[in-house]
Amino acid sequence: MASTILAVDDSASMRQMVNFTLKGAGYQVVQAVDGVEALEYARQHAVDLVLTDVNMPRMDGITLVKELRSLPSYRYTPMLVLTTESSQDKKMQGKQAGATGWIVKPFNPDQLLATIARVL
Amino acid sequence: MSLDLEMEEIHKIFFEESFEGLDVMESRLLNLDVNADRETINSIFRAAHSIKGGAATFGFMEVSNFTHGVETLLDEMRNGTRPVTPDAIQLLLQSVDGLREMVKAVQAKQPIDTQRIAVLSDEIAQLLARHPGRPAPVAAPAAAATTAVTTAVPAPVPVVDPAPAFLQGGPGWVIDFRPHRDMLRTNNEPLRMFAELARLGALNVVAETDEVPSLESLQADECYLRWRLELAGAVEKRTVEEVFDWVDANCTIAYQYHAGGAEASAATPTPVVVAPPPVAEAAPVATAPAPAPVPVPEAAATAGAAPGPKATGGDAGSIRVSTTKVDHLINLVGELVITQSMLSRFADGCSPAELEKLREGLTQLTRNTRELQESVMQIRMLPISFAFNRFPRLVHDLSRKLGKKVELKLSGEGTELDKTVLEKISDPLVHLVRNALDHGLEKPEVRIAAGKPETGTIELAAFHEGGNIIIEVKDDGGGLHKAKILARARERGLVAADAELSDDQIHNLIFAAGFSTADSISDVSGRGVGMDVVRRNIQDLGGVVQIASHEGRGSTIRIRLPLTLAILDGQLVRVGADTYVISLVAIVETIQAQKDRLNAVPGSAELFRLRDEYIPVVRLYEMFGVEPDSRAVEDGLLVVVEAEGRRFGVLVDDLLAQQQVVIKTLETNYRQVAGVAGATILGDGTVALIIDVPGLVQVFNDSFAGRSPLAA
Repeated sequence: MASTILAVDDSASMRQMVNFTLKGAGYQVVQAVDGVEALEYARQHAVDLVLTDVNMPRMDGITLVKELRSLPSYRYTPMLVLTTESSQDKKMQGKQAGATGWIVKPFNPDQLLATIARVL
Repeated sequence: MSLDLEMEEIHKIFFEESFEGLDVMESRLLNLDVNADRETINSIFRAAHSIKGGAATFGFMEVSNFTHGVETLLDEMRNGTRPVTPDAIQLLLQSVDGLREMVKAVQAKQPIDTQRIAVLSDEIAQLLARHPGRPAPVAAPAAAATTAVTTAVPAPVPVVDPAPAFLQGGPGWVIDFRPHRDMLRTNNEPLRMFAELARLGALNVVAETDEVPSLESLQADECYLRWRLELAGAVEKRTVEEVFDWVDANCTIAYQYHAGGAEASAATPTPVVVAPPPVAEAAPVATAPAPAPVPVPEAAATAGAAPGPKATGGDAGSIRVSTTKVDHLINLVGELVITQSMLSRFADGCSPAELEKLREGLTQLTRNTRELQESVMQIRMLPISFAFNRFPRLVHDLSRKLGKKVELKLSGEGTELDKTVLEKISDPLVHLVRNALDHGLEKPEVRIAAGKPETGTIELAAFHEGGNIIIEVKDDGGGLHKAKILARARERGLVAADAELSDDQIHNLIFAAGFSTADSISDVSGRGVGMDVVRRNIQDLGGVVQIASHEGRGSTIRIRLPLTLAILDGQLVRVGADTYVISLVAIVETIQAQKDRLNAVPGSAELFRLRDEYIPVVRLYEMFGVEPDSRAVEDGLLVVVEAEGRRFGVLVDDLLAQQQVVIKTLETNYRQVAGVAGATILGDGTVALIIDVPGLVQVFNDSFAGRSPLAA
């Protein structure tokens, strides 16, 4: 069965782009607009990978990773944060929160797929 | 769908989203004037950040580069390292304008106004440079952490070993990889990293198992293994490092390069020793399985995104659907309504036995259809805040320019109306608000002299009233100067020198084409190309505009609009064998016409005396060339309609039912017909034309061109 990826981003165009790229590569994609929505989904469903933006309203990506890691069913789920090049501290915060790694924005579809292939 | 088409779609979403983001930035920036709370700045930052990220992803580099400066400025503001000043807000507002133009240009595939952007970029750069003492919020804390940790725990200098046999004298890397106990908890799987390395060249993996405890004390999610990795090939250092990029805080790692060849045989190879990245604990202690977190530098913690305490409005679960799809759906539902009413009529001719069941089914169908129709219509409905949102900025800018003090009050922003109506009402509203600010409100000194508060008020209100939506633009300024208007109208020959006009009629003169009483043409208004356009736009939407004004106390402009353009509350009227529909909004009253009140003036319109007023009479059968029951006025009914501030009598044979009709345009299948707004299909399957009242007046005037002051 295809792996399911939870893609979290408050920007519809980024979600669409991620969705389109991942689906094209045969993954199943579930989308959420912010941390709160993602967490709510994750509490009731299992996913194989979480891919989240950092800056979002209501709950940001770092907090989301932290919250997810505290869920027993998400202890071993790979989680990647989407971050901008400049934010070295965001990468560190992401790691601290329990993120597996990061994808530096802007990225193109090939980079996205290559990075995901590293953890799935 | 092809890749290009799909990307095009995604770009479309990005543009829409950017415009929304810019609107958010604008309205929040205006809010900053009042209170600069953290969440407001945060939300502005987020919007800029999203635009930058999206633009970079989709390759709109000019947009992305420019937004970068804006974002930096905002980042400093939210970090508290830069004060929120009116000048900075002004610059950010101008940047929002610049960005909006830029995104519009990109969307239209037009060249960008690079000069304007360069000027703005310069200003931002200057502002950013003006605080040289500011801490670099990104680099500094990370660097501090690095130094702190590395000095505390000196990195173990790897012993330089001779090249391993595996490399067979060729170039290659020897990597000493010592994960911390907690590395696995972030789901960084060593096997995957090794697989990654193996793709770069032949790989030899040697595991060191000496730290693996006995089974009883082994924790499944801890990493006790260490590896020595030998990678053959002249691989670039960066490429190798990248594989361990994600774990460099969770491990101790040393890279050693062997150039191979002759060097390999030398006694001391010259290895490239890469300083290991910072680590929190150099030597893992078996009894402390809990990972010791790297202390987060304080500045970084503050800079970090605190979870947004409240949701930003407008994010409520929504989907984007193209309006054509929705319109198609609405059209189909309209057909369904018609079919349903046809079936209802058919039931009348049924045998009594079948009738009961059929009736039952039809009642249900009617109810379902109605509900379906209502909810489909709802899809097109948007809150009027979409139109209202631009006004705080407009008023902010204009009042600055005009030197007036204004408070803008908005109410009923949640009132919903059809998307098309909303789009078309936007410009007229801007005109009205500009007028209110420019002509209506007085300068502060004038207001004080008149005993009014120094700050004027403009109110924008929207609410529902009996199937219509009412929008009011109200100011507490000087009101309309009747004498001035009348004088100007006489000067222009719009009104006969001796004509006696009511207040209402005088007020309505401002809607005449080219009419302006402004003493000078200002930047804002005064060219007299406003109010007639405003009224025409509103009428095109099937709406009505009214003015109430009191000299010295202010004016209220009241716009009444239908909720949707797809359905009309209509009065069915009969002329001979034909049925016509007149919009209920346009009908003032319907009377039995007496012959003695009718004055026929040869070569001109017939006039009917309605109380104190003479109104022209339009004989519908003449306009449409059909045979009426009777040509005598007293046999028919006179439907008094109002358009463009004037009343007209429309002569018909009979009034039929009032009902909602689904509007079908004639243009789709035929062409536009003057005086006809469209057609509908009635329950019996016949087609009825919908009378376009303002258009009818126009047609009527044209036939008496030159005789009526309203003739264009």
